[in-house]
Amino acid sequence: MSIRERLSGNEAVATAMRQIEPDVFAMFPITPSTEIPQYFAQYVADGKVDTEFICVESEHSAMSACLGAEAAGVRAVTATSSAGLSYMNEVLFVAASLRLPVVLAVSCRALTGPININHDYSDSLAERDSGFIQLYAENNQEVYDNYLMAHRIAEHPSVRLPLMVCEDGFITSHAIENIELEEDGAVKRFVGTYQPENYLLKEENPLAVGPYGVSAYYMEARVAQATAMMNAKKVILEVAKDFEETFGRHYGFFEEYRMEDAECAIVLMGSSAGTAKAAVDELRAEGVKAGVIKVRVFRPFPGEELAKALSPLKAVAVLDKSEGFSANGGPLFAETASMMINLDERPKMIDIVYGLGGRDFTVKAAKAVFERLLGIVKTGETGPVYSHMGQREAGE
Amino acid sequence: MIEIRWHGRGGQGAKTASQLLADAAFMAGKFVQSFPEYGPERSGAPITAYNRISDERCNVHSNIYEPDYVAVVDETLLESVDVTAGLKPEGAVIVNTAKDPGEIRRELGDYAGRIYTIDARKISLLTLGAYFPNTPMLAAVVAVSGCVEKEQFLKDMEGSFRHKFEKKPQVIEGNLKCLSLSMDSVKGTGTKGVSI
Repeated sequence: MSIRERLSGNEAVATAMRQIEPDVFAMFPITPSTEIPQYFAQYVADGKVDTEFICVESEHSAMSACLGAEAAGVRAVTATSSAGLSYMNEVLFVAASLRLPVVLAVSCRALTGPININHDYSDSLAERDSGFIQLYAENNQEVYDNYLMAHRIAEHPSVRLPLMVCEDGFITSHAIENIELEEDGAVKRFVGTYQPENYLLKEENPLAVGPYGVSAYYMEARVAQATAMMNAKKVILEVAKDFEETFGRHYGFFEEYRMEDAECAIVLMGSSAGTAKAAVDELRAEGVKAGVIKVRVFRPFPGEELAKALSPLKAVAVLDKSEGFSANGGPLFAETASMMINLDERPKMIDIVYGLGGRDFTVKAAKAVFERLLGIVKTGETGPVYSHMGQREAGE
Repeated sequence: MIEIRWHGRGGQGAKTASQLLADAAFMAGKFVQSFPEYGPERSGAPITAYNRISDERCNVHSNIYEPDYVAVVDETLLESVDVTAGLKPEGAVIVNTAKDPGEIRRELGDYAGRIYTIDARKISLLTLGAYFPNTPMLAAVVAVSGCVEKEQFLKDMEGSFRHKFEKKPQVIEGNLKCLSLSMDSVKGTGTKGVSI
């Protein structure tokens, strides 16, 4: 039986962590993710978990401690945001290449500068090449559910990759909303115990971790890692299927909202998807064939599946909540568009960068995007393929 | 769906008040959202918090620009913040002040909608022995918006206080008295002339 509750996104993540009871939690605080280790510290103090809670001196050390713990053969987790994630950068790549399934909760927040504590995906999407699996959530329920699935995906023998469970800093991390929690026992049964095949401290067959890889070996290791990321796609769907059978909530690579006969659609991630859905409901009531695709899994990127879903449309706007500074559009657009190239039939596509540093995204703004898409459907002209939305112009 | 915007100053607990309201509505079986607008917080700076209360889950995650109700925890904000911006004509503003609604109207420019006032300081000092504006403001918002039925609200809050103040049972009675007195002493005038 699910438990009806109301929690913030950070409380939801901390609750999932308590229920899973990892062996090690290495923590260094940074807003807006600070509450996660804060709540967890209370669980430790109250004797609710038997987790080794390590207060380290930096995020670089937090990820390093997780890496050490995982190499020794146990479950390790941490949480961070923004500059904290950037400071982990070096060690993220190490964790992924050592194939250590650390689970990292990220309350996504802008990067400096100007200095800003609010939400966008500059931090997590800057780590898109780190080798971490990345799951994104629209609300507290989804971040909780993603967390319950995280360890199983990361630890699967055909994957063995670290994983980021991403939520929207403040917008969902600090918003209290209704949530269906699962019972502790049911969560523990679903997640299972961690039994790595090989690890550093395995007495009968100790494993070397982090050796030098000369040119004669390095590439094979990288290809194996790339294969693991490809394997993760199958595992993500298998775990989602079991999750649905166990707890009743459905997840895939992305959510298609009112896409059945849609002519135009917005592709985006996170909490803004809910706002875009409200815009679609209003437009559908006026007879406009609009839809939304919310990308849940950014790494591995479900390019083929997404291209198939978008292929029958006439016009698509990808909404990017991180700049990327490619001068061609943000990362979500680059990934989405690149998979469309070999399709015989494909829609006109534009990219709009929005919501940087917490700039609000409203139903009205989503409707303005659809208005632009309807114009493209009518005229066949995309106008500027790459643009920004919601910023003040000079003099405003 | 009811949308509420709270105006307060950092440290006064507008965010907490919005969370308490979400709690009350949640206990009454509603879907809720409670979220603050975050910035570089400092004590005394104007802050905003929001509530959505609905019978169905609300997917929208933007700020609220056209609220049904506005709650002003600190009346000095009326000088510097346009608290009634976007407020629906059939909505209402609820101000923590010792003044009457008629006096507050003069401070709200051309706002023509309903105005309610509550003397949260007086009630708080009387029932709790110290100035906690949250509890009276919560009760005033519930009374004016009707988002939770009064008897249910008082019953749920009693349960909540018994849990929250398990180790300080002596404060439960004062808090309950504070809620009920606050609900009864909200003053209102306005287009509909409603008086509670």
